[in-house]
Amino acid sequence: MANESVATKTYFWYEFRKKLSAFAKKIKFDQWKGWIYLSPAIVLILIFTVWPIFNTVRMSLLEGYTTMKEVNGAVFNFGIGNFKRVIDYPGFLTCLKNTVLLTVLTVPISTFLALLIAVCLNSIKLFSRALQTIFFLPYVTNSIAIGMVFAAMFKMIIGGQARPDSVGIVNNVLEALGFDYINWMNAGSEYWANIVVMTVYIVWNALPFKILILLGGLQSVNKQYYDAAKVDGTSRARVFGRITVPLLSPMIAYVVITGFIGGFKEYSSIVGVFGEGMGPVGNAYSLDTMVGFIYRAIGKQEGTASAAALILFAIIFVVTMINLYVSNKKTHY
Amino acid sequence: MKVELQNLTKIFPSRNKKSGEEVIAVNNFTFTIPDGQLVGLLGPSGCGKSTTLYMISGLQQPSGGKIFFGEDDVTDLPAESRGVGLVFQNYALYPHMTVKQNILFPLQNLKGPDKMTKEAMLERAYEAAKLVQIDELMDRKPSELSGGQQQRVAIARALVKMPRVLLLDEPLSNLDARLRLQTREEIRRIQRGTKITTVFVTHDQEEAMSISDMIVVMKLGVVQQVGKPQEVYDNPVNLFVAKFLGTPPINVFEGEVKGGKLYIGQSAVLDTPGVDDRAVTVGIRPEGFILDENGPLTCNISGIEVMGRDVSIVSTNEHSLNPVIRSIINSDANINAAATEVSYSLKPHKVFIFDKETEERLYFEV
Repeated sequence: MANESVATKTYFWYEFRKKLSAFAKKIKFDQWKGWIYLSPAIVLILIFTVWPIFNTVRMSLLEGYTTMKEVNGAVFNFGIGNFKRVIDYPGFLTCLKNTVLLTVLTVPISTFLALLIAVCLNSIKLFSRALQTIFFLPYVTNSIAIGMVFAAMFKMIIGGQARPDSVGIVNNVLEALGFDYINWMNAGSEYWANIVVMTVYIVWNALPFKILILLGGLQSVNKQYYDAAKVDGTSRARVFGRITVPLLSPMIAYVVITGFIGGFKEYSSIVGVFGEGMGPVGNAYSLDTMVGFIYRAIGKQEGTASAAALILFAIIFVVTMINLYVSNKKTHY
Repeated sequence: MKVELQNLTKIFPSRNKKSGEEVIAVNNFTFTIPDGQLVGLLGPSGCGKSTTLYMISGLQQPSGGKIFFGEDDVTDLPAESRGVGLVFQNYALYPHMTVKQNILFPLQNLKGPDKMTKEAMLERAYEAAKLVQIDELMDRKPSELSGGQQQRVAIARALVKMPRVLLLDEPLSNLDARLRLQTREEIRRIQRGTKITTVFVTHDQEEAMSISDMIVVMKLGVVQQVGKPQEVYDNPVNLFVAKFLGTPPINVFEGEVKGGKLYIGQSAVLDTPGVDDRAVTVGIRPEGFILDENGPLTCNISGIEVMGRDVSIVSTNEHSLNPVIRSIINSDANINAAATEVSYSLKPHKVFIFDKETEERLYFEV
């Protein structure tokens, strides 16, 4: 009799729990829990990401918008005038040209170099840890500081006077090889020389992250593929081209796509090397970029800045879509 | 192509730098694999069988000893110059290539006078694919194949360059039980067909016994016994080999030899002329028991398993070193299912006695 009542009780609680959990499911209690856990992050993202994006779109569509005038109670017309102003602005094409040129030059070069260095780093045993650290150092160094060092390396004159003892190391090397000095970046330097300096700097600065990603990819490749290739007498070049690169293709795609996105946002590197003039002395803004354009419009013409930011976003979006389309076709598995 | 191993030794430096202890993975392995034979390296994990295989392939350098392929000393040759085909345990098929590209890959590596035309390569690839019956799947990727099919592709890739020696590392361990039976017959058939000297590594004694011409039983880097599977089974040189071979496993008892007779407990179970008096370990194969009402070895029945052709009697005995004794009796025999005790007499050639200390076999005249 006693046993029976225990059994009945147990059964009752079992049924009760079952009903409770069914009820919880019905009102999606579990989902609410999830939302509550997520809420701090969601609030922050709403304030600092979603609202600014929304506001950018709003500002770009209010003609001649500036925050200054809003305070005084000015009313702005709705329209696409800001976009027109960006495109009509004579400096805009320079910005676009510089941005595209630097991106198209630096992404392939840095990706190829990073791949080469990662493969080499992966194949050596001695000092590999120390070398990995050294190759990663640029990543944790301030890009303005690096820019100043690069400026010192490429400079030709100091204080407006050409003196043989004050040229940078690059021109010293050129001299040792029997070439003339090249004015890389000082007053009167040519555009192509400036672009070379920026390409070297950006490639060097972009390497660590790419090496890190590719090295991680290499280390996760099953060693047996290489053993199998070795038994079959595969040459090094063929192992690289037919095995390493295809197996790394997802990482390479990632590095290229993020490289393009970063390239279109190039700004601080140019400030680092050339200063806020964004060009050699006497030729200011000849190396201006899209982000540079946006920065300078902030505080004066927020509407124009927003429109430029959206144009940049559209460019990056289209390029990334093309990248993804190509990489889906080319990457394996 | 015969493969000769002379005093082959592999020592791995210790991972723990403080203790400095070295691991001897393979110790003084001397053995000649006859031309065109299928040899199974057999042993529990960590016995050095895979290391031996990798040393033959050239992927690992021996610490000592020599390897000959035929008359050529290949000890210092790199893997690519040895002309071996190697099938890895997880196949190592290139995931981004189709089956055809995988099989073609070794041929495309050939250089100089061996370089082949595209047509010749394709012909050879299809030949190899037909041999392992995957010529229908040539345009698939490895991820679209079943485990058994991947295995065949791996074998085709190893065979396509006509290796002097074919090496298989645990070739069946990734397959399910049915596929394993089928694939091992397949390997046997391919090996018979191509007559390529083949070495394969396995920890499954049944697998090794069923398809090998010869087996090599290893333990902790040391070769225990080499021979034809049946010979090794019928004539193990020590307790380890006796225990390692055979399903169900051999039944082990503690016993004693006294006055030319083998005692298990108080009962003299067998005449063992030629063995001095001493404490011994007795191994009795499951098929070595004969039902005999007056038999000297009496055990308590704990169950009877019917297997159709045979009946397996599960019983216990206080002197058994295994938890249960398994004896296999022809199902024609009249077994009293209600009995609690069973008595056996023994087949002398199915009983092995080993020294209790050294675990070496003690031979007696049958």
